[in-house]
Parts: sequence; C-alpha cells; structure tokens
Amino acid sequence: MSNYRIQGATGEWEVVIGLEVHAQVTSNAKLFSGAATAFGAEPNAQVSLVDAAMPGMLPVPNRECIRQAVRTGMAIEAQINAWSRFDRKNYFYADLPQGYQISQLYHPLVGEGSLLIEADEKAGIPEDKVIGIERIHVEQDAGKLMHDQHPTMSYVDLNRSGVALMEIVSKPDMRSPAEAGAYLRKLRAILRYVGSCDGNMEEGSMRADVNVSVRKAGEPFGTRTETKNVNSVRFVMQAIEHEAMRQVDVLESGGTVVQETRLFDPGTGTTRTMRSKEDAHDYRYFPDPDLLPLVLEEDFLAECRASLPELPDAKRKRYVEVLGLTPYNARELTAEVETFARFETLLAETAKATGKGEADVATQVANWSLSVAPGVIKALGDEGDPANATASAQASILAMADKAEISGGQAKEIFEIVLKTGRDPAEIAEAEGLKQVSDTGAIEAAVDAIIAANADKVEQYRAGKEALFGFFVGQTMKAMQGKANPQLVNQLLKGKLG
Amino acid sequence: MSVDKATVAKIASLARIRMDDAALEQMVPELNGILQWVEQLGEVDVTGIEPMAAVIPNTLRLRDDVVDADPLTGGGKRDDVLANAPAAEHGFFGVPKVIE
Amino acid sequence: MTDLTSLGVKDIRDGVAKGDFTAREVAESFNAAVAEAASLNAFIVTTPDHALAAADKVDAARAAGETLGKMAGVPIGMKDLFATHGVQTTAASHILEGFTPRYESTVSQKLWDAGAGMLGKLNLDQFAMGSSNETSYFGNVTSPWKKAGSNAAMSPGGSSGGSSAAVAARIAPAATGTDTGGSIRQPAAFTGICGIKPTYGRCSRWGIVAFASSLDQAGPMARSVEDCAIMLGAMAGFDPKDATSLQMDVPDWEAALSSDLRGKKVGIPREYRMEGTDQAILDSWEQGKAWLKDAGAEIVDVSLPHTKYALPAYYIVAPAEASSNLARYDGVRYGLRDLPDGVGLQDMYAATRAAGFGDEVKRRILIGTYVLSAGFYDAYYTQAQKVRALVARDFARAFEECDVILAPTTPTASFPLGSMNEDPLTMYLNDVFAVPASLAGLPAMSVPATINADGLPLGLQLVGRPFDEQGVLNAGLAIQQRAGFTAKPEKWW
Ligand SMILES: [Mg+2]
Ligand SMILES: [Zn+2]
Repeated sequence: MSNYRIQGATGEWEVVIGLEVHAQVTSNAKLFSGAATAFGAEPNAQVSLVDAAMPGMLPVPNRECIRQAVRTGMAIEAQINAWSRFDRKNYFYADLPQGYQISQLYHPLVGEGSLLIEADEKAGIPEDKVIGIERIHVEQDAGKLMHDQHPTMSYVDLNRSGVALMEIVSKPDMRSPAEAGAYLRKLRAILRYVGSCDGNMEEGSMRADVNVSVRKAGEPFGTRTETKNVNSVRFVMQAIEHEAMRQVDVLESGGTVVQETRLFDPGTGTTRTMRSKEDAHDYRYFPDPDLLPLVLEEDFLAECRASLPELPDAKRKRYVEVLGLTPYNARELTAEVETFARFETLLAETAKATGKGEADVATQVANWSLSVAPGVIKALGDEGDPANATASAQASILAMADKAEISGGQAKEIFEIVLKTGRDPAEIAEAEGLKQVSDTGAIEAAVDAIIAANADKVEQYRAGKEALFGFFVGQTMKAMQGKANPQLVNQLLKGKLG
Repeated sequence: MSVDKATVAKIASLARIRMDDAALEQMVPELNGILQWVEQLGEVDVTGIEPMAAVIPNTLRLRDDVVDADPLTGGGKRDDVLANAPAAEHGFFGVPKVIE
Repeated sequence: MTDLTSLGVKDIRDGVAKGDFTAREVAESFNAAVAEAASLNAFIVTTPDHALAAADKVDAARAAGETLGKMAGVPIGMKDLFATHGVQTTAASHILEGFTPRYESTVSQKLWDAGAGMLGKLNLDQFAMGSSNETSYFGNVTSPWKKAGSNAAMSPGGSSGGSSAAVAARIAPAATGTDTGGSIRQPAAFTGICGIKPTYGRCSRWGIVAFASSLDQAGPMARSVEDCAIMLGAMAGFDPKDATSLQMDVPDWEAALSSDLRGKKVGIPREYRMEGTDQAILDSWEQGKAWLKDAGAEIVDVSLPHTKYALPAYYIVAPAEASSNLARYDGVRYGLRDLPDGVGLQDMYAATRAAGFGDEVKRRILIGTYVLSAGFYDAYYTQAQKVRALVARDFARAFEECDVILAPTTPTASFPLGSMNEDPLTMYLNDVFAVPASLAGLPAMSVPATINADGLPLGLQLVGRPFDEQGVLNAGLAIQQRAGFTAKPEKWW
C-alpha cells in the first residue's frame, strides 16, 4: 500500500492514477501506408497519398505493427484477441487529415494483462505491486502542428500522420507519482526488451496521457482529468503532483473537478485546460468499413510467442536463483536492455575464459560490471576509450583474477591500460609486471623472515591477540611488493603462526 | 425518437457544417421524416444476430513492412500532396492559427 | 462507312483489331458526338486529347504487330468519382471543384492499360448521393429519352446519371459507374442500357472518391451484356492497395458467356412484389420469367423476408459511413476553402463544408452523424448492421434453392427532372429493389427489357451468388437475346 497522501486543509487525500501510454511501434513503414517512419525528416517528406487522406485513398495494415503489438501483449501476459477490428474515432483537427483516427475501441488486439513494479523503499514503494493493464490497441498517430512560424497561420506537417502507435491503457491502480514513475520505467523496459518500441521519449516515441483524480480514503473514485502527451517520467510525476494538488484545492474551496483534457507545461511543471479539444467528446466510433476484421492465425501467434526474449521479471528471477546474484544486483543489471546485454556477453566470455560455469563467475562479473568497471571508466574520463573495453578484454582480466594470477588492484590497473591503449590484458600483465606471486616457496621465505624478525608479536598473537594477524599479512605483502597472492599469504601465515 | 432544432444544431456542429436558423428550421422535419422511417428497423427481431462485419466473408490482409514498396502508397509525395492545397508554404500546409 | 458512334465496345475493339477503322477515327467520332451533346450536361469536363492519345497508342501498337488490350481503341466516359491523373476530379461537388489529382484510380488505370481512352469526366449525383442526377453542383444531367408526347427533361437516374445518359445517347460506347445502393443499375434501367455491379471486392476502390466504403463498387455501363462482360474484365482484379479487394482470379467472363440456362434455377423473390410498383414493371417481370424459362431455366419461388427493411438499413449504414468518409473535405489539403475574416480553424471547417456540400450531401452527413452519436449508436447503427446481416442471410438461403434471382430493377420508369424533389424519402424508394443486393455485396445487373406505354425503357435485374458474375451475365444475355431491345432515344440535343 502506498502511503502517499496529500495533506489538505480538510484532511488527507489519496491520489488515483491511470496512464494511457502511446508507444510508437518500431517499424519501417507506417501503419496503413508505405511511407517511412524515421525521425527528423523534412516537413511532409514522409507522407504518402494515403497519409494525406487524398480522396479515394485506402488503408492497408502493416503486418509488423500488428506483430509487435501482439508480442507486447504476450510480454505482459495479456489476453491476445485472435479476432479484433479497427474503428474510426471521428473528430476534426488540422493534424488529422482523414477527419478520423483509425484506432480500436470495441475489439482491441490485446485485452487484460498486468505489470509488476518492484518495491523501492527510497522511492516510497514499500513492496512489489501489480498494476493492471486494461488493454493494448493499435492506432494511427496524428500529424504535427507548428504555431510559431507564421503570424496568422499554423503549419501542418504530416510526417507522423499514420505512424503506428500502441496505446497501452493501465487500470487506475497507481496511488503515487512514484508508482506512476516506476510503472512507466518498467513498461519502457519491457517494450525495449521486446523490441516493439525504442522507448525514446525525447523523440516522442513514448508519451503518456495521465488520468488523475483524488478522493478521501475509502470513498469512490473522484472525477478525473486527462493530461495529454506528457513525454518524460519526471514530467509525468510532476504533472500528477500538480494536478492532484490542484484538484484538492478545487475541492477544498467548495468547487468541483471538471472532467476535461489538460496540457502539461514542462517549463512551470503545471497543467492547464486545453482549449482546442473542448467540444470533441462525441467521437462517433464505428468499425472502419475500409478494413475487414483482423483474424490472427495460430502460426502467426506461435511465431510471436517464440520470438519473445526473456523478459525483465524472469531474467531478474533467474539472476538471483540460478546465477546467485543479490536481488539488488539482479535488478540493476536487468533494468535496461543495454545493461543486461553487456552483462550476459561478458558473463559468457568469462565463463569460457575460466572454464567455469556461468553461476560460478556470475557474482564476480556482476560486481565488475556494476561497480569496478564503471568506476575505472569514470575515473579515467577522457583519457580512456570505452570502445577498448571489449567483452573479451574484460573477460580475460576477470579470468586472470579468477585464477589469482592478478589481484583486484592489478585488475583495475590492467583495465586502465586497456582503456587507454587497447592493448591485450594478458600481455599487459606480463609486460608491466602486474601479476601476483603464487609461488609458495617465495612467499614462505618472506613469511619465515617476518616471523623471525617479530618474535615478540608472534608471542602476543599466540597468547590471544588475534588482531595482530593483519600486521603479519601487511608485512608479508610489503615484503612481496604487494604482488603476493593474498590467499596464499593467509594460508601460510595461519599455518606457521599456529 | 425525433430531433428538435437544438439537436440539429448540435449535430451540424459535430459535423462541422455551418447552418443558419433558416437552414436548421428546414432540416428538422426532413431529418425527422427520415429518422421515423428508418426506425421501422426496430420491428426486426435480431436476437442472436451479430452485426455484419464483412460484406463478403473475408478477413484482413496484411502488408509487408517495406518502405515505398509501391510508389502509389509510399511516402516522398510532398509535392503531390501539397499540389492542391489552398495554402502551402515552406513544405507545410497552412491553416488559420490554432491556439491549443 | 458505319457511323462509328453506333458501335459498342466489342464491335469497336474488334473493328480496330481487324483494321476496319482506326482507333483515332473512333475517338474523333465520339469526341465530336460529345461536343455536340453539351445540352445533356453528361460531362463535367471533356478530355478529347486523352481519347486521341490513347487511340494513337493503340493504332501504333497495332501497326507494330503488338497484342492489343481487352479495351483497345475503345474511348469511354469516366464517372467523375474516379481520380484521374492531371484531370479535375470533383465527385460533382463544389468542395472538390478544381481538384486535380496527381494519381490515377486503380480501375481507370486498368482501363487505360487495356487500351481504353477517356472522353471526359461524367457528371453524377454529388458524392454519388442521389437517384436522379439532380444533386450535382455542376447541374442536372438530362436523359436523352423523352416521354412520349412530352418535352419534359427526364432523369437519367443516379448517381451514375452522366454515365447512363452518355451511353444511351451514343456519345460514349461505354462508361464506368459506381454502385453503392443501385447507382449503376437504376440509371441503366432508366436509360435502356446494361450495367453490372460485381461482387463487393472485385473492383478496387483505390482512387474512387468514397461514399459508403462497405457498399461502393465500380462496374461497367454499356449497351450490351457482352460489352459489360468485356469491360468488367478490364476493370476487375485484385489490388493490394485496397484491403477489401478480393484476392482471386478474374475469370474470362466474355469467353464463358452463354445464354443456355438449362439446369439453372431462377429464383423469384415474392417480397419484391411491392405496392407502388408500376403494372408495366410487374408485366416485364413476368415477361422476364418467360424468357429465362425459354432459355432452359427452371423458375422457382424464393423468399427474401427482410427485403422491406433493406432500404431503411441502407439509409443508416450508408450515411453513417459517408459522414465519416466526407470528413476529409475540410479545406486544408485540397479543394474549396472558405475562410471568413478572422475566424479560427474549426469555423473554417464549418464555413468550408457549408459552402462546399450540396443539400442532399449535408442531409446524409447529418443523418450519419446523428446515428453514430453517443447514445444512438446501438439503436440505429448496430441494429442496421444486424438487419443487414439478416438481409445477407436471406440471400444465402435463397441461393440454396436457386442460382440467380430475377427481379425488377426499379419500381418505376424514369421521371421528369424536378418532379420528385419535395420529399427525400420518395426519391430514396427508387432504390428499393437495388439496395438489398448492395447490402449483401452480391453481383447484380440491370438489362433493358422493354419500353413502357410512355416510350420509356424498363430494366430487369439479375442478382447472383458471391463471385458468380458469370451466372448473372449469362442470365442477362438470355434476356437480352429474347427481349430484342433495340429502342433508342430520338436525337434532340
Ligand atoms: Mg487517450
Ligand atoms: Zn490513443
């Protein structure tokens, strides 16, 4: 249970949040035409006759867009509707050439599913929580209006018109800005794992419509407002906070919340009424007569399922249960596609290089990946080239460490040189003398010399002053110029000190 | 069900057709005549009947995800789509300024 | 030498192929006939150069010994609902006046590829909404036919009224039409010509200005069943650009034409015996039965119990789709823009659409908007689509007992322009026999049967199973051969 509450003059208010996320489907061509979807083209350069709704133009759906939405649905364990169809949502706006958006209302492609957000004490999420997902449907994006290029005109660019979107509608299950933020991050991760959306919020690949209402504990849902097209996790959290406060203010001063569409202003972190959509509440949805029912065959569904990768929750679980990582490390490593991809490559290489099982080296590789390597890279700054940090180079360092050929400190030093020069780690260890001594004879000689030179301390130690053990280790390492295998030093000292 | 002038005005506004009073007055009985007539459909017993979804039993064909595979439905048609525009500047369509 | 304008598609094509005359001679003759017939107002724009250029290509191809297309050397009229590259395409509306597409509809492209040329863009009811050709922004089309003893201008039917008038007046050997709820068959019946609406999905809708997407089908209008078979063969075919296009081969309808109906059953739907139908129409229907029996068919009674409800269902479904299909005419990307001083975007839409749409179009947009609006959708639209499913089921059951259905095309013959304008409903009733087949997406054809006491043509309608255009054409041919319909309008234009 979230303990997030707004303290009003009349008491505590609970915030109820639902998110409608519009995620651009990763595809080459648009949902219903062959025009390209790439970001950043010249105005109206990626527009087909279909996208501009020229008279007589017709939509034909792109299989890949349907496939990606189905795969996304499978990733949230949602019901996939083998029979669905497209509807028209009718309204007039300059970014909507057809005068309707082809969307899905009555029979969406994907039905109910759910998503798990993980406990995060610091963020105010005391325990894991399942957020319900109502549906995912596929629809067209609209074009873009530019208001500041001409004194009396707005300019219309239809490059985005017809780009495929998935609208992922959550249930009103979130109770704090933090939960909404966690939901968005998790959803983004899943989309990126699946490869159905690049999750690039700056380029508008993911936008959220934020539905917010407030209520006193135990009361029914209040009237909600919808803040449109908020395009970052931080802004979504800000918009919720502001909107919830605003609603509390309205209610506490005796007003009522109006169900309306609002806009978020990132500059001020506030929301305001959106004037242009005020009278567009009657969308007159009906099945698009240009399109037939979409019936998904068994083999299509089977391919969608077979092509799904291991998903964040499963991966995290496997990292803990099979690889023996700490829950914290598992979460860190699975949060982003790039992170786990790098980790898994390095893990495989390291296992190969050491001849051990992945589970046997996983903790070492995880620590290296999460703290050691990033620390070295960061400390080195511009002096190093991260491109030199290939998986095989790192695996070779980790393998030397695993075999106790090098110490932890030497591993860092070697990695530094790798970053700076791209040289081979084994060659560096050899050439720079960055190896630890595992020759028992040499270490034994050093230990014997130190025991002989410190008879008084040996006596004290044997009388029970165990803290002196560190002293002997330090002396031995010093004598060995820091290159002795610490495990061997320990072993030999223990044996000789008795 | 029948419509009054205010309802017709609301529909006309939804349909973005400007209508003055005289036009609305004239449209009210015309629409009511048609609506009354179509309402005989209410007599039909449609128990267990699904609304028609496809005229000829057929399902949706999907297209491959290939850019500009057919030039007629592909992009890169800026000049063609702007050619008939009442206002086009700098590669954009122009509309009266919108305040969002 | 024969007057080339008296020839139809087959005779022109074969004559050009044989070298009896050149395609250019044919094009020139029809161009001249078109120019003379301006008083019919059948064309919105004429394109004599298009016809000539296509003809020259055919003549050159023939000279080079190349294989000629199905329609080689035949100049046709193109209903102004088909987008034609570089040629104004208006749907007979003010809102699209001056619109010159940079693309060509699939059907017109297929016709050009088959060697046809274009005489011009034919007038029609605005956005194909009408049954008399009185809703065009570019004026009424006048039928070449006159009522005996009257000089009143008669309706050529609609919405393909420019097409029917041009073919009946012999200023075009054939023309394209589109049929949403009878718009090929009713004008064909009114003007004594043939017209076939194929199975929904046979002809691509790509590039045809949409009226009601689930109903719109293109088809040929010509003076004989053979000509229709040839031209439909050139128009039909799978088009990946239309998601409702049928992915199946186009049979060679022309080659398979046969009026031998032995072994075939012809169904007579008893519910088509409606009040308000002219006695002459009922008589021609009886005559039609006799002709088909003579051709070897067995006549059986069938029942289409929901016939009565087809028309009201149509007048919900079609306007609903139209209200949405016509939303794109907003003054932003093409066509008319009415921008009163100082108004915003939404007012520009309202002003543009008020100025750009005619009354009938507005009426249907309003009806369609209303039946889809919140609170009314299920009562009107869903109910209508259920009734539509029942109409289709009626046909499916009837076709368990017969191969083709024979019915009148219209309840009356043509009427004088202006005589039916007081109540939109009386006009709608014109399509009472045509609409059921449209709702069910079935192939249906009108062929001329006889002349009534006023000297006006009457048509008979044949409706077939899905994809069975052949059965429809064959029964049509059997009627054509026995009806011996040779009447043609006296030239007065
Ligand atoms: Mg939304
Ligand atoms: Zn949406």
